Amino acid sequence: MAHKDADLRKIKELIKIMTDNELVEVEIKHGDDKIFLKRSHGQQVVNQVPVMRIDSGSAAVGAQTPEISSQPTAAQPSPGAENLAEIKSPIVGTFYATPSPDSDPYVEVGAAVGPQTVVCIIEAMKVLNEIKAEMSGTIVEVLVSNGQAVEYGQPLFKVKPD
Amino acid sequence: MFSRILIANRGEIALRIIRACRELDVETVAVYSEADKDAPYLQLADEAVCIGPADCARSYLNIPRIISAAEITDVEAIHPGYGFLAENIHFAEVCHECGLTFIGPPVEAMQLLGDKVQARELAHRAGVPVVPGSEGAIEKDTHALDLANEMGYPIIIKAAAGGGGRGMRVVHNDINLRSAFSSARAEAKAAFGDATVYMEKFIVEPRHVEVQIMADKHGNALHFYERDCSTQRRHQKMIEESPCPVLDKRTRQELADAALRIIKEANYDNAATVEFILDKDKGYYFIEANTRIQVEHPVTEVVTGHDLIKWQLKIAAGEHLNLSQRSIKLTGAAIECRINAEDPERDFAPCPGTITKYIPPGGPGVRVDTHVHQGWTVSPSYDSMIAKVIVHQRTRTDAIETMKRALREFVIEPIKTTIPACLDILSHNLFVKSKIDTGFVERNF
Repeated sequence: MAHKDADLRKIKELIKIMTDNELVEVEIKHGDDKIFLKRSHGQQVVNQVPVMRIDSGSAAVGAQTPEISSQPTAAQPSPGAENLAEIKSPIVGTFYATPSPDSDPYVEVGAAVGPQTVVCIIEAMKVLNEIKAEMSGTIVEVLVSNGQAVEYGQPLFKVKPD
Repeated sequence: MFSRILIANRGEIALRIIRACRELDVETVAVYSEADKDAPYLQLADEAVCIGPADCARSYLNIPRIISAAEITDVEAIHPGYGFLAENIHFAEVCHECGLTFIGPPVEAMQLLGDKVQARELAHRAGVPVVPGSEGAIEKDTHALDLANEMGYPIIIKAAAGGGGRGMRVVHNDINLRSAFSSARAEAKAAFGDATVYMEKFIVEPRHVEVQIMADKHGNALHFYERDCSTQRRHQKMIEESPCPVLDKRTRQELADAALRIIKEANYDNAATVEFILDKDKGYYFIEANTRIQVEHPVTEVVTGHDLIKWQLKIAAGEHLNLSQRSIKLTGAAIECRINAEDPERDFAPCPGTITKYIPPGGPGVRVDTHVHQGWTVSPSYDSMIAKVIVHQRTRTDAIETMKRALREFVIEPIKTTIPACLDILSHNLFVKSKIDTGFVERNF
């Protein structure tokens, strides 16, 4: 009985570790015992899924400090982790982060934006269209790169609204 | 041949063009609105670009967005399909200005044939009979009144910039002429942005017979025989067939020659359909020329064995139409039924919605052109046509039987479709004997 309670506690701890570190899969083996936890990810899982593998030599799960060998992903924060809004492209064209090749970008991560703040240029048919944030908040992430082709509705920036 | 093209259309014709391109090793870029984002044919294209919301004006009819999509995907040409921008002269011009090949006729030919009034004048020059009518636009109702009395009733008022049955009024007497004139002008203005109307003698019991033409950029123009499209409801075609069941050899040849003269007079290249009205004495009159590929092109494809979409691509890329007229044969008989998401029991009211059960027909002689599948949601934003069933057999009688068999197999649930209406028409004595005209459907159903 006590064993079972301990196991349950360890599993709950594992789940907390997974959530805090945005891990999707955890597999722990010791001897013949194995535990495999998989968390639903919500969006389409593409190549860079962080995975933690622990091979514990001891009798109890989690007795040793697990070595996390995952590579945290570059640009996939878990959806619903916070209430983030997106600035989406209203047209089809080519995305430019800066007003001209030599200048600084219009916005970077951490920048505060208001509804009229120009966040980027999208070039369509030789016309440079200034795209406005149309919301108030802070830029959390830039989702596209300079010179990238974008389609209608494509998310460009993640914004934490005020 | 092009290495990559963009398809400025949606649905079954987008899929049709993608298929032709795949066989020619041409890469494809499909554009789509948010309403079409789950369309499976997008997976068959090499790239797909979302160009806007469901609303056509901000997607499939939006020239800047389509051209932008063409630029970012680096295509050489654009195929406009049918409908949408296929006969939009401004779009063709913009393509040229942006260094993109418009897969269709030259702008000048589109202008000449696209304006119904100018087209009639061109037919005169080509020595092709036209329906007696106003030589040009009618500005005032007093003029309309005089002309109507000169030609003799019944007459029809038509929009110069239009088609598809809009901006048309049939008038039988002086009493109704003034109001018909102004309402036709109002409808024309609303539908095409141009209130200009002209008038023609209305042929009683007319058959609609059209000739398929293909012309290259090197002076070779050929016909691919005719289609009879008399089975219409409110000027919308429901059933098309080839050959026309009532044509004798001589009239068939005369129609084809007349169509070729018109195309050559217009310095045309690529696909065209020249439409005629046949009266009950086999007299024929030129009505209009459609400067695009048509919905019913598969009917001609199955009886002649030629892929018309591939010819469009080849011709636009500058290749020769390397066929002789003699080598193009019409074999057997073909019928096409257009299947629309409409309820025949409620005056063909549109029935958008999700198709939860879909089982298409098959078997010998049956071809189905569609983008629809089980789980597809028919959007209210677009045309109600969801599939075309084409049957090809050795005789017209066999084709009718096979079509009935195919339509009875065809399951589309729970939305209502025009399948029962097609079955009723195919079983009607007059249709079987082909004693029909363009008023047949509305009189009998």
